[in-house]
Amino acid sequence: MDGIPISWFLTLSAILFALGVAGFLFRRNIITVFMSIELMLNAVNLSFITFSYKLQKVDGHLLAFFVMVVAAAEAAVGLAIILTVFKNRSTLNIDDIDTLKN
Amino acid sequence: MQLWLIPLLPLAGFLINGILGRRLPKSLINAVAIGSVVLSFGWVLKTLFGLDLNTAHTEHYFTWIQSGTLSIGCDFSVDRLTAVMLLVVTGIGSLIHIYSIGYMAHEGGYYRFFAYLNLFMFFMLVLVLGANYLVLFVGWEGVGLCSYLLIGFYFDKKFATNAGNKAFIVNRVGDFGFSLAMFYIFRTFGSLDFATVFGQTAGASEATLTMIGLLLLVGACGKSAQLPLYVWLPDAMAGPTPVSALIHAATMVTAGVYMCARSFPIYTHAPAAMNAIAVVGIATAFFAATIGLAQTDIKKVFAYSTVSQLGYMFVGVGCGAFSAGIYHLMTHAFFKALLFLGSGSVIHALSGEQDMREMGGLRTKIPWTCWTMFCASIAIAGVPLTSGYFSKEAILAAANQHAPWMFWLGTITAGMTAFYVFRAWCMTFLGTYRGHHHPHESPPSMLVPLAILAVLSIAGGLLFKIPTFLATFFPEHEVPEDFTLTLIASSAGIIGILLAFLIYGFKPSIADAFARAVKPLYTFVYNKYYVDELYDNVIVKPVVNGSRVVLWKGFDAGLIDAIVNGTGTRARNLGSVLRLIQSGNIRSYATWVLLGSLGVIAVIVGIASSGGMR
Repeated sequence: MDGIPISWFLTLSAILFALGVAGFLFRRNIITVFMSIELMLNAVNLSFITFSYKLQKVDGHLLAFFVMVVAAAEAAVGLAIILTVFKNRSTLNIDDIDTLKN
Repeated sequence: MQLWLIPLLPLAGFLINGILGRRLPKSLINAVAIGSVVLSFGWVLKTLFGLDLNTAHTEHYFTWIQSGTLSIGCDFSVDRLTAVMLLVVTGIGSLIHIYSIGYMAHEGGYYRFFAYLNLFMFFMLVLVLGANYLVLFVGWEGVGLCSYLLIGFYFDKKFATNAGNKAFIVNRVGDFGFSLAMFYIFRTFGSLDFATVFGQTAGASEATLTMIGLLLLVGACGKSAQLPLYVWLPDAMAGPTPVSALIHAATMVTAGVYMCARSFPIYTHAPAAMNAIAVVGIATAFFAATIGLAQTDIKKVFAYSTVSQLGYMFVGVGCGAFSAGIYHLMTHAFFKALLFLGSGSVIHALSGEQDMREMGGLRTKIPWTCWTMFCASIAIAGVPLTSGYFSKEAILAAANQHAPWMFWLGTITAGMTAFYVFRAWCMTFLGTYRGHHHPHESPPSMLVPLAILAVLSIAGGLLFKIPTFLATFFPEHEVPEDFTLTLIASSAGIIGILLAFLIYGFKPSIADAFARAVKPLYTFVYNKYYVDELYDNVIVKPVVNGSRVVLWKGFDAGLIDAIVNGTGTRARNLGSVLRLIQSGNIRSYATWVLLGSLGVIAVIVGIASSGGMR
């Protein structure tokens, strides 16, 4: 079947990933940074599924499951950290968490 | 025959006195120290009377070095030459040990002195008994060590420790020559054993033997204080007087003469080397005698006299009259030890005064010392029928046969010898006392050895006819009896004595007037021809400054320390640069993570595109 060419999926995955990286580097709010991390992970998921479809194997799907589990766990722990940080510092600005600065 | 007991008894004395001496009472220290040497002397007598000395008696104890073709055993051997040396070393050693009881009675470090003295006896006996060059060298080095220890005995005095250093370092220069000679001998003959080497000397080339002979001579010059390595002996007078008597008159300094006499098979086949020995000997004899004329310290006079008389021994050896050289070695041991011990008695009487200008008139105050020293003085001057007369005549006759100019130089030196010795005697014992102390006679422990040595100085030549004894050991050396030579030499001595009596006994002002008249020459001689200053400026200062500036400041501090310190500084600088990565800013961490991951991706892509990893 002449469906959508894979390169489109992969390009979309790349763009999503790049957006995630940009958000990770340039946004000031911690929660926004975490959302960017989630975006990066999902972009990678997309590229796994694409290759799994291309190669007609289930390996990509399995890996996608793994990535989703890790993303969920990481989100849970990350949000716990953010809550604690907010309780101590009363700010969600990533630049204000700099007590290790010399 | 248990030859090992001879050196081992003094070694035991050294160990006991050295380790336990601090807690032992003086009487026990004396008993151990003197007992060990006297017992050794007794054992020497027993051994010699039980042996047939016409063949060398060797005892092999154990193989010391076994490496490839080199095999050196710890061997002792006794033949006629060894017999003479053993008797001189242990006999005079015993007398000096007994003398030291009285001399060192009030000094600190009493046990240490006797320990070192015993150690010296051990090494000297090893030197004399050794049956190969390496065992001899062990003794050689050991006596050098003990000389250093004993010269610097009063270690809190800088000039004493400097003198000890000087003695050891100048000896070392000679030892360098000796070591080269040993290497050469081994390369030529394949062994260092006396028996093996001397059996093959007939087959070796004369050039090789001359080289070996000259190198051995360098070693002997260092140990026996000949030109140009004599400079340590006068400074060695900084040590206690018994040390000067034992080491620097009777035994250690004669080791060079012994070694040359022992190596006679090498020298008889290398006439050029033998001539070199004779030339060095006569030059030293003359040179040192001139310096002795102007000295004012009583021990320095006798020190230069020792250098001069050692020159005579070398003349004897160098002219082929080996037994004459050894004869003079023995008689010199008698009268020189007596001169030194006597001067020690004088110094002891005057509570430490050594300058002869502060002495005088001691004839009535310390008569024993005075007259025993008189006996030694006539012996060294060569007055007929004393021991010194016989040995000196033998040497001068041989010198005349070898080269007449040596005879004349030797005769003039004999005259000077007589003059300066009697100058010393007259300045010390005649006239009126010029000093401020209260002279008192020495205790019997000091006077009895003086008396024994006085008898030996006078009669030793008649009692111990060494040339006859050693005639079967050394090769035939016929020297025609010439009465004119004897007459000339004896008259030179008598003239020297009379001149000294005339000037220093009756009119000392003549000497002062003469010194003033030839002021520049007198100053030159009085300052020992500035040889020490020459060595200092030409050799010592450049080495010390070179070490300090180039090696210490340049290399050690500048290069090596810089490398070590520089590494530390560089590590610290690197660390302070890397520190900036940890900024505490989360966003910069994020940036670094990104850059790092890009780097890893680049590497993986690079590897994949260049053929992949296996």
